[in-house]
Amino acid sequence: MSAILALWERDIVRFFRDKPRVIGGLVPPIVFWLLIGAGLGTSVHVPGAPEGMSFLQYFYAGTLVLIVLFTSIFATISIIEDRHEGFLQAVLVSPVPRLSIVLGKVLGASTVGLAQGLAFLVLAGAAGLHPGLEGYALAFAVLTLSSVGLTALGFCIAWVLDSSQGFHAVMNLFLIPMWMLSGALFPSATAPRFLQWVIAANPVSYAVTGLQRALLPAVVADGSVSMGGCLAVLAAFAAVMLAVSVAVASRRDAR
Amino acid sequence: MDAVVVRGVVHDYPAKRKSVARRALNDVSFSVAEGELFGLLGPNGGGKSTLFRILATSFPPTSGSAAILGRDLIADPASVRPLLGVVFQSPSLDNKLTVRENLIHGGRLYGLSGPSLKARIDEMLTHYRLTQREGDLCGTLSGGLRRRVELAKNLLHKPKVILLDEPSTGLDPAARQDLWEHLLSLKAGGATILTTTHLMDEGDRCDRVAILDQGRIVALGAPSALKAEIGGDVITIETDDASGLRDEITRKFGVTPQAFGAQLRLERTAGHAFIPQLVEAFPGRLRTVSLSRPSLEDAFLHHAGRRFADSDEASK
Repeated sequence: MSAILALWERDIVRFFRDKPRVIGGLVPPIVFWLLIGAGLGTSVHVPGAPEGMSFLQYFYAGTLVLIVLFTSIFATISIIEDRHEGFLQAVLVSPVPRLSIVLGKVLGASTVGLAQGLAFLVLAGAAGLHPGLEGYALAFAVLTLSSVGLTALGFCIAWVLDSSQGFHAVMNLFLIPMWMLSGALFPSATAPRFLQWVIAANPVSYAVTGLQRALLPAVVADGSVSMGGCLAVLAAFAAVMLAVSVAVASRRDAR
Repeated sequence: MDAVVVRGVVHDYPAKRKSVARRALNDVSFSVAEGELFGLLGPNGGGKSTLFRILATSFPPTSGSAAILGRDLIADPASVRPLLGVVFQSPSLDNKLTVRENLIHGGRLYGLSGPSLKARIDEMLTHYRLTQREGDLCGTLSGGLRRRVELAKNLLHKPKVILLDEPSTGLDPAARQDLWEHLLSLKAGGATILTTTHLMDEGDRCDRVAILDQGRIVALGAPSALKAEIGGDVITIETDDASGLRDEITRKFGVTPQAFGAQLRLERTAGHAFIPQLVEAFPGRLRTVSLSRPSLEDAFLHHAGRRFADSDEASK
């Protein structure tokens, strides 16, 4: 337990000591949100959404997911640096069980992602969203579960990769499409049938739908997954990714 | 009970895209007594680091057995880890954290916490003369200071067996001297120390050394005993015609020197009496002749049949 806390704390301290990272995780998605949201503005009408709702509002939940996705996953890139610098080597021969190493690292990185997400959540009012206390609480639950699941996914990728360049390549190839095909940019209901299947199989979609239900229920299409369904899928995703992380970290090979 | 027992350890690295399969350790056996300062000496690529990482529980060997204080480190690494203090060659410090933060982090990984951890850290900071720098980020420290923080961090939990991989890498002579004084004081405190090194003078400071070459232990014993095995003196001759001169020395004196480039080397009792005969027999053909007491370098050469520096080159 003390070891999990030690690893967790290290990530938090490192993050807040690294000011460019704090800014880099938060500012680009906000700019992105303003540019895309304002640019498309009212010229794009989201099908099923009430009249007068801007794309900026629709795009808010997707941006929130983008922030958490980026910060959480990029926080796991430190595993690659830790391996090269020898820090990880020393942790691996310490008496700390592999499960604790995974939990310490994943919780540390996801706390960082969550903190960034919450900083953006404060702007919900400015975007014209007024979800109320219950809405905020549900959004918090969705963000927590998604950041743990996504961080654990990042952990697996970072653990098996040897270079941070490779990590960036995987990010672009795999994670950006994961975000695009989640209902963050456009709703699933009007997408072609094969994309709808991809969106349904994508765990990130449940983070987006969950956040939309919590913050802006008006945009959620009829027949979408319920709030309980979203939370259940995200919890299962987090549990599976954590289990895979422990399995990956338990291999005792000569790297 | 022996602190470290290694029996018949073999380790193969499988073929990868850019490298062929390689046997890094070939039937390595030795043991280290409790309280001993033991050196694994050998050229780079000789297998030291592989053996070190196996002992540190980083990964299991292909075959063979190994135990630390009677506990099997292959079958049950978890029981061995709390006993070990491991100092890897690449520094394990987080450069973004301060000296004290690094020590706190390290201590907590070994189950220390609260006031006892704080007291132990204060003790180590004083012992390693780091108190003035405890608030500095590790990234801003010099190599020698960082090595001291590294030692302090990995010895917080008072390990019974201390493993060090090339601990003096990157240290200036003063910092190296300092490091060895610390190691000797740890040994005086009852710890067992196993260190790898490719520096002969460091091997000389150990109670016993195992000389590792191409994955095998080619010699094992106290440095003085290994040197005594050579029997006599070492004569080194520099010449412009090494192979020709070697053959002529063989014909005339019945001993065959080893040739390395422009150098001939032979082991001989009463070398001081042999040198005048050599000089008179081959006037003008010897550039320099030197006589020396055998060193660990000579012991390596004697057993491996190659010069230490050459095998270093060959492994690159």
